[in-house]
This record gives sequence, structure tokens and C-alpha cells, in this order.
Amino acid sequence: MTSFTLSREHEDFRAVVREFAAETIAPQASEWDRKHEFPVEAVRAMGDLGLFGLTAPEEYGGAGGDFTSLCVAIEEIGRVDQSLGITLEAAVGLGINPLQVFGTPEQKDRWLPDLVAGRALAGFGLTEPGSGSDAGGLHTRAELRDGSWVVNGAKQFITNSGSDLTSLVTVAARTGERPDGRPELSSIVVPAGTPGFVAEPAYDKLGWHASDTHPLSLTDVRVPEDHLLGVRGRGLAQFLATLDDGRVAIAALAVGCIQACLEMSTQYAGERTTFDVPIGSKQGVAFGIADLAVMAAGARALTYQAAAIKDAGGAAAEFKQAAAIAKLYATESAVTATRVATQVFGGYGFMEEYPVARFYRDAKVLEIGEGTSEVQRMVIARGLGLPVE
Amino acid sequence: MRIVVCVKLVPDATASRSFEPDHTVDRVSVDGLLSELDEYAVEEALRIRDAASEDGEVVAVTMGPQAAADAVRKSLQMGADSGVHVLDEAIAGSDAPATSLVLAATLRKLGADTGPVDLVVCGMASTDGTMGVVPAMLAERLGLPQLTYANQVTVDDSNGAYRVQVRRDSDLATETVEAAAPVVVSVTDQINEPRYPSFKGIMAAKKKPVQTWSLSDVGVDPAEVGLSAAWTAVVSAEARPPRSAGTVVTDEGDGGTRLAEYLVEKKFV
Ligand SMILES: Cc1cc2nc3c(=O)[nH]c(=O)nc-3n(C[C@H](O)[C@H](O)[C@H](O)COP(=O)(O)OP(=O)(O)OC[C@H]3O[C@@H](n4cnc5c(N)ncnc54)[C@H](O)[C@@H]3O)c2cc1C
Repeated sequence: MTSFTLSREHEDFRAVVREFAAETIAPQASEWDRKHEFPVEAVRAMGDLGLFGLTAPEEYGGAGGDFTSLCVAIEEIGRVDQSLGITLEAAVGLGINPLQVFGTPEQKDRWLPDLVAGRALAGFGLTEPGSGSDAGGLHTRAELRDGSWVVNGAKQFITNSGSDLTSLVTVAARTGERPDGRPELSSIVVPAGTPGFVAEPAYDKLGWHASDTHPLSLTDVRVPEDHLLGVRGRGLAQFLATLDDGRVAIAALAVGCIQACLEMSTQYAGERTTFDVPIGSKQGVAFGIADLAVMAAGARALTYQAAAIKDAGGAAAEFKQAAAIAKLYATESAVTATRVATQVFGGYGFMEEYPVARFYRDAKVLEIGEGTSEVQRMVIARGLGLPVE
Repeated sequence: MRIVVCVKLVPDATASRSFEPDHTVDRVSVDGLLSELDEYAVEEALRIRDAASEDGEVVAVTMGPQAAADAVRKSLQMGADSGVHVLDEAIAGSDAPATSLVLAATLRKLGADTGPVDLVVCGMASTDGTMGVVPAMLAERLGLPQLTYANQVTVDDSNGAYRVQVRRDSDLATETVEAAAPVVVSVTDQINEPRYPSFKGIMAAKKKPVQTWSLSDVGVDPAEVGLSAAWTAVVSAEARPPRSAGTVVTDEGDGGTRLAEYLVEKKFV
């Protein structure tokens, strides 16, 4: 079993990100949420701290760090602002990762430095109005005509796809038909501003208000042939290859959420008095908070264990299973934790004046994005050898 | 330019603080961190090093118990090149004169071992003791000019020798003061915006050299330092009672009147 104890350097880094988040993000998190504002300056500041380049190679301006360090950063940003946590998670996992892993040297030279520095953001467009969990059932088409890909279709729920910083979206599309009649899927890089590529107005979401999510429409979008990312026909396989990382990163975001619930509840239960004593002296309240501590410890252990497997170069099957287990447990715990925390706050928990209400709204999507809980259970059950369809 | 920055580990001011039975600050059971005011000193030292035309070096120096090494480590993570930790049981309880004695001896040894030091940068005070006298005492002991409470530092190396110029802003005047290196400078919290260590910096710090020296290494007699040698003694230390919540006046159109009434009642007006 791979060890998942965090090193002293990771803990030092955690302290740095925590201080940064407390000074730069926490004071305005509620306002951004209320105004549905994507905070460009805060994202740039995260870039200056090197958060987007943690796992990128040094030659592109990255830190050449491990996956665990990225999880630490996502957890700590997510502890004060889930929207910025997902912005970071998606920027690296969905934006930078596919380019870093599958890009040609020219593609990397062209796009990675700005993404790594946090001067630009990239999105990944897989989900469509008619395909989500069954991502392979997508309908967007890309045809090669006179040395250009011509892309037509629509994408749904794409993170970081329409912000002021968005420089490109990698779009999964059908590029033909395979000999067996199934569609050939590939990934194509579409730079922001390409004619015909439109990020429609942002969604009105239940949570993650300060994160940038748009439907995309693609009408005769032309990009040069060399904008194909990776191997033609390997689009879905390539995406699936980077998906396990994303699951662990979402688990880290969930850990940040649980930790926030734990800290807010512990403090409030010590301060708020009813019947002349702090509510924390009542078992009915205190035991619920004790459970939050268990969730935080459990989710954190599973998350960093999965990250450690990746950093140690563990077997793909072992990592896949650990990633799905961490994502499932951490995200479902996060939803429970926000429910417990709002209950501890009583009526105040229902008021937007307190961050706990924001976390309550933000948590739900953790069980949906980058593979729903049902999909995680499917993966885990299959990993056990069960014949789940 | 060879720059030494003096750094101190202080108890985390946001955590609860406590005293030892001998009325010294409990530095063992409380989490410590690099004194916030020293972060400005480290940042300024790094900026001066990086702005210079020639290669330079920043050495972070601390004295204190085992945990004080964390102050050096944080400085290295921010970008300092190497560190020195003066660690000796006899140091516990040292006052400002003793601290400056040890630091001066340490600087002399650094100069003798690895070449002359051009600039010593200190924070304007520590966030725990807040006496603010160590930089001046250190300069006196070393026989160096002191440029204290700098809001800006500029180094001119155009004539083959370093001249250090600082700007001091007081209520009455803005002074520009300069001296030829080597000098001791203390900087305020207005001088810069200290950087956060990056993950890369944190990993790089692991490999940077830190020397641990005892009092005998730096040539200081243990009898001259520590609590027993202190010029002053704290006779008692009691935590202040927590502040009571103030009176909140909610303005319902009569806010001004009620404020005035309060001030009159307390005989402020
Ligand atoms: C805020 C937000 C940001 C997002 N960002 C991105 C992005 O950047 N890029 C991107 O490509 N996508 C993104 N998504 C899309 C996200 O990945 C999908 O919403 C998710 O995969 C689920 O797909 P769906 O919404 O179509 O739901 P569906 O697949 O229609 O699922 C509906 C329900 O059926 C269940 N279900 C489906 N299939 C099965 C099955 N075989 N067995 C059991 N249950 C099943 C699901 O678990 C779910 O409960 C984002 C979504 C949100 C909400």
C-alpha cells in the first residue's frame, strides 16, 4: 500500500496557500458569489503564486511539482471559495493537462506558457445537450476541408470557456466513422475568438456562482489542421486517461468544503448560546460536529492516498479504483457536511450573510461533475469484477 | 552584494499566548512563525540582491531554540540562499543587548569564514517583543552605520563601492539618509509587499545549506547571555482581561446626538 503521509514541504505549502486564500480570496468570496462575478484579478493572483503551473514542467514555466501539491492547493482554495477551487481544478485538469500530455511540442510552446502562468485559461468541451455520463455519444462534428477543421455542434456546461481569460477550448468531436460503424472521436483546439465559436451567456447556477460556465455553440468554426490534439480517433481514450486525475482533484475540493464546514461549525457551536449554555455543550449538536471531523479525516486520507498512488507511478487500475473511491466518499460527505453545518447554524445557516449557506449551495455539484456518484459506483463495482453494465 | 538578513521566529499572534514560570514567553508549546515584520526584511534583501548588477547572496541568520530554524527555512523558501542558526541552551531568555551581542559575533564569524558582509537587513521590531532596538545595538557592536526605519532602500554600486540610501518618513519630515557599506538597515512594514514562497521555492529550500552554530562557535561566553545576564527582569506577567464588548449605537436618525451624549457621560467632552 502506498503511503499517503504529506511531507513537510507539502504542509509548508499548505500554510502558504492558506495564508494567500485568507488574505486574497476569503474577504471577497461572498461578494463574488452574490454578484455572480468571475474574479479575474484573484485568478491572476493565483497564477502569480504558481498554482496553475504546479504540475507543469519547468520549461513551460511550471514548478514541475507532484500531483499531491495540486490537491493541497485545490483543498486550501476550496476551503474558502469553492468557485475558485473549481476554477483551478478545471484549469489544470481539463485545460492544461490534455495539452501537456497529448500536445505536440509546437502546441505546447504556443499555448502552455500563458495557461501555466494563469494569464489565460483553457476549457474542455466534452458534455453536450444530448450526452453527459455517456460522453462518447456526442454529436459535434469536425470535418477536414482544405487543410482546416470545420467544427459544428454545441457543448453544455463548459467550465472556464467564456471568461475574460479564456484563450481556448479543447472540443471533443466526431471526425469520421470507424470501420465498425462507430463514430471516430478526436479532440480539436479551438482558440477563443475564432469566428463561429460562441460562448453563450453564462448559466444561472445553484452554486459555484463565481465560476465561469457556459453553453457553447460552434457554427462552421474553422481552425488549422494542426489544431488536432493528440491522435485522430483517440479523443475519448485520451480524455478518459486524464479523467482519473480530475476525480481526485474534485475529491480534494470536497475535502476543502468539509474542512470549512468543520471549522465554521466548531467555532459557532462554541459561541452561540441557548438555554444559557453554548449549543456545543449539547450532544445533539456536538456529535454531528464530531461526525464532520470523521468525514474530513476520512475524505482527506482517501484523497491523498489516491494522489500518492499517482505520484508513485502506481498501476493504472489501482489508481482508477482509488480515484473513484475518493471522489465518491469525499463528495457525498461534503454534501452531508454542508447539511450538518447549516443545521448547526440554525436560521443563520439559511442566510447568505454566513458563508455556510454558500457552501451548502456549492456542494451539490461535487456529486455531479467529472462523473456522477452513480458513475463512480459503476467504476468501483467494475473494479471489483462485478458485471455491471 | 553579500546581504545578511536577521530573522526571528515568534509565537503565532493569532493563537493564544502564554508565559513560562520565569515570565519569559512560552516559545515551545505554541506554534511559531517568521515574525511578520521580518518578512519585509527578507523581501527587501531579496530585491536588493536581484536588482544588483553582480551576483549576490542573501544569508538568513537567526538565534533561538530548535524551532527557530523554521524562521530560516521560511526565508530560504522565499529565496534566501543559505542560513545560519545559532542554537545554544544558554541563549534562552536573552534580552536585546544579549541578542545583539550574539548576532554581532555571528556576523563577524560569517565575515571571517566566507567573506565580508556588505549589508545587514533587519525588521524594524519583532512582533512579540516589539522593542525595536536590536538593529541599532547590532550596528553599535559592529561599529557600523545604522539606517533605521527605512521605507525605501536604494543601493548605488556605480563607483565600485556600495552606497546605501534610505528614506525615512516621520510625521514631521521625510529624510533621505545614506552611508557607505557595510551598514545595518532596518525596514518598516511600508517598504514592500513580501512574496509568498512558491512550491518551487519550498522544494528548492530543502537543498539550501543551513549551518547550526553554538555560542562557542561564535565565540560568546554563555555567562554574558540568557535570562541570568539580562539587564532587566520581568517581575510579573498577567494576561489582560478580555475586552468587554463596546456599546453599539444603531443610527435611527439620532445617532449623532447619542454619540455626543455618550462622550459627555464619559467626560470626554
Ligand atoms: C457546473 C458544471 C460544470 C461542468 N463543467 C464541465 C466541463 O468543463 N466540461 C465538460 O465536458 N462537462 C462539464 N460538466 C458536465 C458534467 O460532467 C456532466 O453534467 C456530468 O457528467 C453528468 O452528465 P449529465 O448532466 O448529462 O447527466 P446525465 O448523464 O443525463 O445523468 C442524469 C442522471 O442519470 C444518472 N445516470 C446516467 N447514466 C447512468 C448509468 N449508466 N447508471 C446509473 N446512473 C446513470 C446520472 O448519475 C445522473 O444521476 C459540468 C457540469 C456542471 C454542472
